[in-house]
Amino acid sequence: MTTFELAKKIRINTLKMTSLGNSSHVGSVLSIADILAVLYNDILKVNPQNPEWAERDRFILSKGHAGAGVYSVLAEMGFFSTEILSSHVQNGSLLSGHVSHKGVPGVEFSTGSLGHDLPVATGIAMAAKMDNKKFRSFVLLSDGEWDEGSNWEAVLFAAHHKLDNLVAIIDYNKIQSIGPVKETLNLEPFAEKFISFGWKVQTVNGHDITELKNVFSSIPFQMDKPKVIIANTIKGKGVSFMENTVLWHYKSPQGEDFKNALIELEK
Amino acid sequence: MIATVKNLKDTRSGFGSGLLELGKTNQNVVALTADLAGSLKMNEFAKEFPERFIQCGVAEANMMGIAAGLTIGGKIPFTGTFANFSTGRVYDQIRQSIAYSGKNVKICASHAGLTLGEDGATHQILEDLGLMKMLPGMVVINPCDYNQTRAATLAIAEYFGPVYLRFGRPVVPNFSEESQKFEIGKGIILKKGKDVSIFATGHLVWEAIKAEEILAQKGIDAEIINIHTIKPLDEKTVIESVLKTKCAVSAEEHNKFGGLGETIAHLLTREVPAPLEMVAVNDTFGESGTPEDLMKKYGLDAAHIVAQAEKSIQRKGIIR
Repeated sequence: MTTFELAKKIRINTLKMTSLGNSSHVGSVLSIADILAVLYNDILKVNPQNPEWAERDRFILSKGHAGAGVYSVLAEMGFFSTEILSSHVQNGSLLSGHVSHKGVPGVEFSTGSLGHDLPVATGIAMAAKMDNKKFRSFVLLSDGEWDEGSNWEAVLFAAHHKLDNLVAIIDYNKIQSIGPVKETLNLEPFAEKFISFGWKVQTVNGHDITELKNVFSSIPFQMDKPKVIIANTIKGKGVSFMENTVLWHYKSPQGEDFKNALIELEK
Repeated sequence: MIATVKNLKDTRSGFGSGLLELGKTNQNVVALTADLAGSLKMNEFAKEFPERFIQCGVAEANMMGIAAGLTIGGKIPFTGTFANFSTGRVYDQIRQSIAYSGKNVKICASHAGLTLGEDGATHQILEDLGLMKMLPGMVVINPCDYNQTRAATLAIAEYFGPVYLRFGRPVVPNFSEESQKFEIGKGIILKKGKDVSIFATGHLVWEAIKAEEILAQKGIDAEIINIHTIKPLDEKTVIESVLKTKCAVSAEEHNKFGGLGETIAHLLTREVPAPLEMVAVNDTFGESGTPEDLMKKYGLDAAHIVAQAEKSIQRKGIIR
């Protein structure tokens, strides 16, 4: 499967999952579908036949509300059957709304409460350094999540300890749960903040698969510095009426909305 | 003649000694602190094993996340900061990234309770046991003295799963066996008796020992049990004792809500309905003062245990 095809499948799976489960956050997943596809198809050293492989790269979705995207990509990569995806958020399902590691092969860490996982990924990077391991620690965060002070604690820490095996990716779609980021709590100048904290920053188009591949492939950009990739993205990317809207953070795609969205995604 | 002990030591130094020992014996043990290495007596470990010591700065939320992340590959992180910052400040981090995630992190918390003393109410957490015991899968331990804190520190490294280990600041009598083997979840019967069961934890164990002697002078034969592990509670020992004595007292340096007393009450109502009086802080915050004066003022001393024991005995067999 090409990375482009994988991204398309993540989007379609997610639309179906959030529709079937009457659940939220479809816009949040559409925003990261291309990033997830590039990571899993081209970058991460992981093994679907051996999810616990000790030398694997670690990937944590800190914006746990977009769990449907991780479940989709893991299923498409063969960590578990794609048939399970339709059980998402339903009674008795292993696929809970916010991503959970329990019983789901390939999920590195349970998330949902924001601001936890840059610290966790930093701990993983630290452990790798202590043991002279070559694997890398990736964490994908939302933009709204940078309101959380705990992330900034980890930013200080990772730079202090020169954790160049740590890669934070920010889904900068500029819309958080109920409003634009710049109106909720402005993050700008965003990249400059990381530079001043001693991180290496790359800004990319989060929907350009070639550009994403190039940037991820050039890791580590610089020795002795943690990396942050600020991915400029569009919330709801791929469905015209969902793009750049606050509404589709929470709204579940039903009825005509679902049909019209599916037509657009299957094009 | 009330019990006296010349050997006075702080429980936090028991932790520091145990941690240093673990550094020598267990390569997987790593220690983290949020700028309180000295207060937690972690300096010797830091000096001996700098490659396994992580200074997080005054950033407790990050420290808990780092600890959770460090567990990959079999590391056993021991976090060290004050009890206040080990629990309430980082509850969400512990809940999601350590407890729900089943990570093998040891949350080691000093300066718990009123015996923090002069630093005052903001630092004197009296709610931590309740906070931590509410988390599914969390083991909650409050040893009584230096020797027991050291033994507990060694024991929790051998147990896989999240643990909350609570200890304190001041020097207190060090009376338990130096060579003791600490068994998680196993109460210790310090003195058998037939009239009333006194279940004490942490610094209150010594007060219970003193109370027993006062009660004996009054002709009351008290059973004294050290419940160092609040969760999982040693239900068998508690039930067997209360079946014999028919009444009980709990004693702890904690709010009456959420602590050892409440855990025992939960068990007794289910298995052995019997009167239980609680020696605990009466749902209030603390204040500045010397540890001894505060413990007396807030009713956490031998005299109060004696009074509550007498009250509990009076209530035997009475349903009201």
